[in-house]
Amino acid sequence: MEKRAHISGWTLPLLLILPQMAITVIFFYWPASQAIWQSFLREDAFGLASEFVGFENYASLFEQPEYYRAMVTTAIFSSLVAFFSLACALLLASQADKNLRGGQAFKTLLVWPYAVAPAIAGVLWLFMFHPTLGTLSKPIKAVGIDWNPMLNANHAMTLLVLSATWKQISYNFLFFLAGLQAIPKSVIEAAAIDGAGPLRRFWTVIFPLLSPTTFFLLVVNIVYVFFDTFGIIDAVTGGGPAGQTTTLVYKVYADGRLGGDLGGSAAQSVILMIIVIALTAIQFRYVERKVQY
Amino acid sequence: MAGVTLDTVRKIYAGNVEAVKGVSLSIEDGSFCVLVGPSGCGKSTLLRMIAGLETISGGEVKIGDRVVNQVEPADRDIAMVFQNYALYPHMSVYDNMAYGLRNRGTPKGEIEKRVKEAARILAIESFLARKPRQLSGGQRQRVAMGRAIVRKPQVFLFDEPLSNLDAKLRVQMRVEIKRLQRALGVTSIYVTHDQVEAMTLSDKLVVMSGGQVEQVGTPAEVYRRPETRFVATFIGSPPMNILPGTVEGPGRVSVGGQSIAVTDMRDGLTPGSAIEVGLRPEDVQAGGVGASSLSMDVDFVEELGATQLFHGKVAGAEFIVQASTGQLPADTRKLTLAVDPENVHLFDPQTTKRLGRE
Repeated sequence: MEKRAHISGWTLPLLLILPQMAITVIFFYWPASQAIWQSFLREDAFGLASEFVGFENYASLFEQPEYYRAMVTTAIFSSLVAFFSLACALLLASQADKNLRGGQAFKTLLVWPYAVAPAIAGVLWLFMFHPTLGTLSKPIKAVGIDWNPMLNANHAMTLLVLSATWKQISYNFLFFLAGLQAIPKSVIEAAAIDGAGPLRRFWTVIFPLLSPTTFFLLVVNIVYVFFDTFGIIDAVTGGGPAGQTTTLVYKVYADGRLGGDLGGSAAQSVILMIIVIALTAIQFRYVERKVQY
Repeated sequence: MAGVTLDTVRKIYAGNVEAVKGVSLSIEDGSFCVLVGPSGCGKSTLLRMIAGLETISGGEVKIGDRVVNQVEPADRDIAMVFQNYALYPHMSVYDNMAYGLRNRGTPKGEIEKRVKEAARILAIESFLARKPRQLSGGQRQRVAMGRAIVRKPQVFLFDEPLSNLDAKLRVQMRVEIKRLQRALGVTSIYVTHDQVEAMTLSDKLVVMSGGQVEQVGTPAEVYRRPETRFVATFIGSPPMNILPGTVEGPGRVSVGGQSIAVTDMRDGLTPGSAIEVGLRPEDVQAGGVGASSLSMDVDFVEELGATQLFHGKVAGAEFIVQASTGQLPADTRKLTLAVDPENVHLFDPQTTKRLGRE
């Protein structure tokens, strides 16, 4: 059966894709090209004059030890958040997939954190774990840990990972739950009859069948940690202590807005863009070969 | 190998819905038992309780001499073939069949031997490296069977395994399942809503309706002497005709003023009381002359090739007669039906039970 619709002429198709194209061009391609152009310029402190400097901004960037540190911080931060938010969401989804009493309420409540703005989520966690005001700092201090995310970089990172993970679990949970519900029940029953216990069933049947979902979420989560955690970092640590929780995206902001180095900041965002495009491309290459079944 | 015994098995779902209302059944070792009934009659639930996929609300399920109510499906020593095959989509055909053996720690050489053997029996040797999605429906069905037989279980359970296949393949697989079961001699329980499948496959036929067993017997017994009106109309195609009648006296009933002799009739029925008279479309002689006869108004004729079905009314009730093609002209409008007293089934209009000799 012929399923394609035939539209004669170009006017209607053009009109239909115009809004999407306009938004993409105005809010993505235009700023991106601006950033690329700006990364080749050096501006004076008052923004009155700029000169073309070629790759100088990039060269000076790679001479800064802070830049490498931000890369390492980003790598640690993103792998921790991606791992924990995926693992927790999968655990919660596999529990919610069982026919529990009040399961619907459980599912709804689990989705709520996603509606919280990143900065607010950050402030919330900051309050709970504030070294002097935090309700949860007291029990931590009571067990003998000198908890202080304001001064201790590891503590600050822990707090960031917690808040970023907490916010992302909801999103991952929804996808995992949908993925789990798409697995035919009889396949799992067949595995049960085939002598696989719950844990073995999970790792040999359910997890492999979920792999397309897991993979998709991995890509989305990494992009999330790279860009969307800006609000959380700004609210919780402001990149500190001593720049030790400054990720690549936070450094773009810190150098450009706070440091006034627009050229260097633009160069950083171009590199960031390239990294994310490359990561996504690699991941999708991999999925085509490995995750298909 | 082992038989299966059910003792007043019940299934009550949340909200007090009783899906299976106390079924007792004993399935002999090595026999092929078919549970048949319309959808929602509890046959699949019963099978799933035997498999251990549903909890048992009451009664007892025994496999061999062991009560298995609290035993996990994996430990019941059963294998099940599902309606949608339930193959593991990410595993090759070989791994699908080997999975159950690996889970039980069977040595590698033994696994290979058994999988190869099963593949040979089912003629799927050339597909062992393929994934299920690369197979046709019939091939997937074979893999599902292979997965069941490599385990060498005590009991095979089949949950409508042929209903996803096209008509031609269904007939072919039906024969293969029967042949395989004969060769392996494993006790099998098979659920279907298709009465032809039920008749052809079973040694023991169990007709279910509304969560209860209506009748148990060999296919021939169930066909020749249905115990209830439900069984009479469910087994046999086209279904048995049921006519309203009244008792005339011992061995005689009347349908629309026409008197019919009956061999299998209970003694002591009150003359004049209402009774239901069952006649199979293939048991009445269209245009024949016999001891008793009925007249029929024909509405239309269905051509089935070898036979014709005459649809019409007898004594105001719908009636179907089967006749060999060419026996009667297709434009027949009125028929006289000869009725053999041996082939008349009587049922109580209230209880729907058979009113035959005790």
